[in-house]
Amino acid sequence: MYKGQSGMWSWLLHRITGLGILLFLLIHIVDISLLGFGPKIYNEGIALFSLTIVRILSLALIGGLLYHSFNGVRIMLIDFWPKGARYQGAMFIVVMILTIVCFLPMAYFVIAPAFGINPGNMASGM
Amino acid sequence: MRVSAGYGSRPSGGGFETFSWYFFRISGVLLIFLAIFHLFLNHVATDVSCTSYQLISIRYENPFWRLYDWLLLTLALLHGMNGLRIVVDDYVRTWGWRLTLQSAVGIVTLVFFLLGTITLITFHPVVGALGPNCIK
Repeated sequence: MYKGQSGMWSWLLHRITGLGILLFLLIHIVDISLLGFGPKIYNEGIALFSLTIVRILSLALIGGLLYHSFNGVRIMLIDFWPKGARYQGAMFIVVMILTIVCFLPMAYFVIAPAFGINPGNMASGM
Repeated sequence: MRVSAGYGSRPSGGGFETFSWYFFRISGVLLIFLAIFHLFLNHVATDVSCTSYQLISIRYENPFWRLYDWLLLTLALLHGMNGLRIVVDDYVRTWGWRLTLQSAVGIVTLVFFLLGTITLITFHPVVGALGPNCIK
């Protein structure tokens, strides 16, 4: 883990995404607590998530969560797998590829409604 | 206060920092599944505009989802706030600020844990709240 190399960037990105996810979690606990105020107030609160700007923020959350998850696995492999430290650079590349590959299809479903496209997930729900 | 990065080599000594190091990893493994499936369920399987009061009412009839959400709440909050504790530990140097901020971290953790837990336990759908699931 040296300055300017992949170890530093993966560490910095892990910390930034972690703090971002935590900030969202605190907001999310508050918006879910609106359930206690009845359907009208809760639905007005949750409707904010349909705004285009909030959908874009959701994309950042999804990308951050995927990166933090995959890089967390990478950290544990460095910790527990004897060859983990040797392959940390290669694993960082794998983390980035997995993040992008998983992000793109999820992002489509999240952002499509902002362009008036129904990706087929607007039905009555489960 | 001892300085720990919560990252890299395992803190030895068997004290709180060792516990914290293991907690990050154990909660992290569980959160990968809990959080990614939660995202998939509420942003992909159904659009976020469909996670209305009506949908929550149907979902929370099954105690499994309350337990699922409570586990996600608890593990994510403790994992995240423990991370924030380490960030404060890393960057805040003066004793007074460390005490103030670490106390704030503890209080915020407790308050948000209680707020989330109380919401999950006390939620009881209002009669007649059924209607269209998706908010236009």
